[in-house]
Amino acid sequence: MNTKVNIAGVTFKNPVMTASGTFGSGMEYGEFVDLNRLGAVVTKGVANVPWAGNPTPRVAESYGGMLNAIGLQNPGVDVLIERDLPFLKEYDTNVIVNVCGKTIEDYLEVVERLADEAVDMLEINVSCPNVKEGAIAFGQRANSLYEITSRIKEKARQPIIMKLSPNVTDITEMAKAAEAAGADALSMINTITGMKIDVHRRKFVLANKTGGLSGPAVKPVAVRMVYQAAHAVKIPIIGMGGIATAEDAIEFLLAGATAVAVGAMNFVNPYATIEVIDGMEAYMNQHGIEDIAELIGAVEE
Amino acid sequence: MGQKRKTIATVVSQNEIAPQIYDLWLETDLAKEACPGQFVAVYPKDGAMLLPRPISVCETQKDKNRIRLVYRIAGAGTKEFASYRVGEEAEILGVLGNGFPVSCAQGKNVFLMGGGIGIPPLLQLAKEMQAHKQIIVGYRNQELFLAKELAQYGTLYVATEDGSVGCRGNVMDAIEQNGLQADIIMACGPMPMLRAIKKYAEEKGIEAYISLEERMACGVGACLGCVCKTKEIDSHSHVHNARICTDGPVFEAREVDI
Repeated sequence: MNTKVNIAGVTFKNPVMTASGTFGSGMEYGEFVDLNRLGAVVTKGVANVPWAGNPTPRVAESYGGMLNAIGLQNPGVDVLIERDLPFLKEYDTNVIVNVCGKTIEDYLEVVERLADEAVDMLEINVSCPNVKEGAIAFGQRANSLYEITSRIKEKARQPIIMKLSPNVTDITEMAKAAEAAGADALSMINTITGMKIDVHRRKFVLANKTGGLSGPAVKPVAVRMVYQAAHAVKIPIIGMGGIATAEDAIEFLLAGATAVAVGAMNFVNPYATIEVIDGMEAYMNQHGIEDIAELIGAVEE
Repeated sequence: MGQKRKTIATVVSQNEIAPQIYDLWLETDLAKEACPGQFVAVYPKDGAMLLPRPISVCETQKDKNRIRLVYRIAGAGTKEFASYRVGEEAEILGVLGNGFPVSCAQGKNVFLMGGGIGIPPLLQLAKEMQAHKQIIVGYRNQELFLAKELAQYGTLYVATEDGSVGCRGNVMDAIEQNGLQADIIMACGPMPMLRAIKKYAEEKGIEAYISLEERMACGVGACLGCVCKTKEIDSHSHVHNARICTDGPVFEAREVDI
């Protein structure tokens, strides 16, 4: 049985990754799961300098999902290089660093600092809904997305994944802009902007007022967007949004994703990534599938 | 300290000990590792509620693999927990957080202070601590809980908001009215109480360890949801945000900006 997948020349032992921001840099969940088994660890977004993030409350539950407005708190790329990358290097898993910034120059600084580091791919976060400047502003207009993608592609030593926002009118337009600008892959979806109000206090539950919705509640939206984007572009797609089980992951592959990421469900079940990997293998056995590539985009029209 | 894990616990008993306050004993192998001031996160069974609810450990019986959780119904998740019957299983994640530095109080004159649903973690703390213990607890009204049990381990002072039991007011009023003094404080309760304790301890120049609360998602330090402002740069993100779930929930009051 072959579970390996290839994205932009990088081989993954299986298509299961962690969604950025839900897994730290692997240390915390390393207590629960064997990181060697993962296709990749995708680190929490990192900027050129430390970011303090938003005021609390930063998280809230909603029906079948959760809202977060962490605001990309991170220690900056230097700490990632000194502390987190050496930790991850000890494991036999691919490392994808998620990169964020307020200006194009911020992104470029991080990308350049990572040029000679043990990083397999870069995921460019142009879709975080929780920071005021940068981030999502680059990911909601096709021409801005084209510009930042091409600027980063010029400088990046590793293949780049553009992480797309679902908070757009037409996901295919964004996917095409990223592809045209040289993106090596796409990941989707980032969280959907939401809001929750405490009716007894008449106050917003999150200090930031709005937050990003994730978890099983968003999965059908994510599957639909992956399907649409897979028909619009040729570059590989990493699908995510509410994946809790192997069935969920396979749904994304059938819709056209080459790989998947487990996000909010890590919080619900710290063993979710491993259970998805085991479950996908069981599914392949059960259905007589030799190569996982047979599943990619294999939904019957 | 043992490895954090998600495990299945079995309900040994459950009783309502005051209006909306439930006393739940669970059988779990996590009991052996639980220290005073640490917490577990309990998962609702209703799949619409994704996130586990952090609840402090009130008491442990290590020889019987039992932990006791005393919680208030605060929403749909805790309402579900209150329906659990003897023999029913519950998924829990634990043991989480750092706990109180029990040995720092060794032989000293100590205030153990609790307000409302912040009172439960004081019980195991009072049981384990070897010190001159003055246990000061605040309630809304005469519907006390855990008071008699706490009184076994120290001198108990009660404050109630309506003055129905003990002194009228809060735990700070109880200190003043009883003319109490201490070398060190350990406390858990609502934020206004913790702010008052921080101020009091700074004025008196004594140590105070306070247990903080915040909305949490992962409970293990990954999501950065439950942070609090700190005086010094934190070790994780190198800003001024400690993670309550892992760096806390107990902090020396001078370290945090609350």
